[in-house]
Amino acid sequence: MAKLPTPAELIQINYQMPSKGWMDLKAEMRPGYYVNAAAPKWMQMIDYPFPRAWNVADEDWQLPEDWKERVLQGMEDRLQRFRSLKLFFDICVRCGACADKCHFFLGTGDPKNMPVLRAELLRSVYRRYFKTAGKLLGELAGARDLTDDVIKEWFYYLYQCTICRRCSVFCPYGIDMAEMTILGRELLASVGINIDWALASVAQCYDKGSHIGATPQAFKDMVDFLAEENERITGITTPCPVNRKGAEILFVVPSGDYFADPGSYTFMGYLLLFKYLDLDFTMSTYAAEGGNFGWFISHEMGKRLNAKIYEEAKRLKVKWILGGECGHMWRVCNQYMPTWWGPIDFLEEPVSPITGTKFENAKVHKMVHISEFTADLFKHGKLKVDPQRNAHIKLTFHDSCNTSRGMGIFEEPRYIINQVLPEGHFFEMPPNTIREKTFCCGSSSGINANENMDIRMLGGLPRANAVKYVHEKYGVNHLGCICALDRATLPTLLQYWVPEVEITGITELVGNALVFDDEIERTTDLRDRPLAGFEEADEEEGAE
Amino acid sequence: MPEKNVAMALNDLLLQKKSDILDRWRDQVFASYAPETVRFLRSQKDRFANPIAYQLNRGLTGILEVFLEEAEAEQIMGHLDEVIRLKAIQEASPSRALAFLFLLKTIIREELAPQANDPAFAAELSELESRLDGLALLGFDVFMQRRERLHEVRVSEIKRKVGALLRRLGMGDEFFEEPSGEE
Repeated sequence: MAKLPTPAELIQINYQMPSKGWMDLKAEMRPGYYVNAAAPKWMQMIDYPFPRAWNVADEDWQLPEDWKERVLQGMEDRLQRFRSLKLFFDICVRCGACADKCHFFLGTGDPKNMPVLRAELLRSVYRRYFKTAGKLLGELAGARDLTDDVIKEWFYYLYQCTICRRCSVFCPYGIDMAEMTILGRELLASVGINIDWALASVAQCYDKGSHIGATPQAFKDMVDFLAEENERITGITTPCPVNRKGAEILFVVPSGDYFADPGSYTFMGYLLLFKYLDLDFTMSTYAAEGGNFGWFISHEMGKRLNAKIYEEAKRLKVKWILGGECGHMWRVCNQYMPTWWGPIDFLEEPVSPITGTKFENAKVHKMVHISEFTADLFKHGKLKVDPQRNAHIKLTFHDSCNTSRGMGIFEEPRYIINQVLPEGHFFEMPPNTIREKTFCCGSSSGINANENMDIRMLGGLPRANAVKYVHEKYGVNHLGCICALDRATLPTLLQYWVPEVEITGITELVGNALVFDDEIERTTDLRDRPLAGFEEADEEEGAE
Repeated sequence: MPEKNVAMALNDLLLQKKSDILDRWRDQVFASYAPETVRFLRSQKDRFANPIAYQLNRGLTGILEVFLEEAEAEQIMGHLDEVIRLKAIQEASPSRALAFLFLLKTIIREELAPQANDPAFAAELSELESRLDGLALLGFDVFMQRRERLHEVRVSEIKRKVGALLRRLGMGDEFFEEPSGEE
């Protein structure tokens, strides 16, 4: 008769090397660690192949009959199309420099989340079918057959990568795990394996114009509401022109900024800033989504969803485009958009109408990030601010992977922060957790779903751990960021790990601090929280 | 008062062995990870580059200090939470998540092996083991709090996703009871 396990047996304490190699350890689909399979309706809406109802927990994923040929053909096509992929497959010497740099490895302790091994999940199949040594020697040459278990393993681990590229910073060859992850996800999609959260957002964006599926009327209603909120709190009317032809600037934001909290307060900050400058801008109900979940699942879908931004800039006859605080939107617009659609000869090289600064870095794609725009305004002394209105905030700054590591925006947000916060209210997290070495929020790249909370909290642990340090050491109570996905997911992460710290966009802080000549007395910030010195009045009001 | 003298002697003995006990306990907790991971958890000393080891170490040290009466008992829930907030999402089941507390029992029993058969220590040993059981029971409370917290933050995120819309509809306040910041 079998005996009940001891605690040590239960957690499988084992000081020996494992009896099986990584290739023989099947991936276990653990609830809380994966995003649900995409519902067929989303796939049908965007003409994705093999729509069907299936569950990740099922043994049979109902793959099409010729799934293996399709995946291998897809790999061959991509090897020809992307020289980078072939290079990344061949060049890795498994030095291990990336091994302990992934936030998912640091949070889960699962070796298959070491980037070197995550890449090996794909590379081993490449060796087996595309390299002579692998064809002849099999496992001895690090090659393995493509089986349905391998497909499941790809699904499990490629969706435990947030395309943040921290590993690439440490790779001596600069191997880009993010590119491999996207291409791996494309191969999965070619046989009908997609995640619901990303596909729902993509399909709704394709169909209605925003990830959340809001209609143009709902968009207009929301931006008007946020303008009214500005007026209620500051006494300043901050109209938001929509679809106005001939405006100088098209302003594009992720939908999280006008539907979700705390992004909505950042949006209020945008409108206050533009009103202060009397900026000649318009928003668009067609280009109402700057975010691009399509890019998380394939290059083709990224391109399809991105088309509307230039289209709308052309239709509205603007001169250039200004982007709100968003991370992946920024990476797509900088790194992909001009390649997809260029040359962009119907727009002009962006010039700030207030300072005359030419944004030469935006010469090709004609789009400027709001942090670049605002930092330039401060640099030229164009904004009058009262930093004391942010005195209730002790801030640290999270470099969002895409804007910082991806695009090199390190100084601009910090420059703005130092203008709008009282002296001594900004504290950096430790150097190995910020700037190009920043830790990801753990929920990006389309995995910020509700059913995979466990893995999201673990992927975000390294970030939260550094936030906790500055909270305990300096009393930091806010984490600033310039990314809408961060504003959506970091509050959740911190409510689990460091609940004393809230999330804020940087333009929200600008909105708090901007001083208008004809404003009403400001007693609260944009979130209706009492400013320093007005706490008592707020309590009395509450008691009445 | 011979009994009290024995008790003090036993506690002193454990205090002398505290560092060994902590090392063994930490080693065993680390050993439940994959071998490649164990090497990393042991070797990387930077707390920001190795958050699991930092979090576990902080919690295990705190728990042991309370257990050995070096720190106030009121602090126990916080220390348990340091470990369990991690284990509650890293491990697939409550039994795996809380096994680390029971490992301490075995370690202490082994460390006290010479005294274990001495009848003079019987009462104190029994009391010690009871307190270890109490510790484990408190662990269940913390585990449940953490799993509930995970669900709370999930609901809170769903509301935030359309937070501005809810405020637009005048439904902000009653819908926005955020999970409290109390730990």
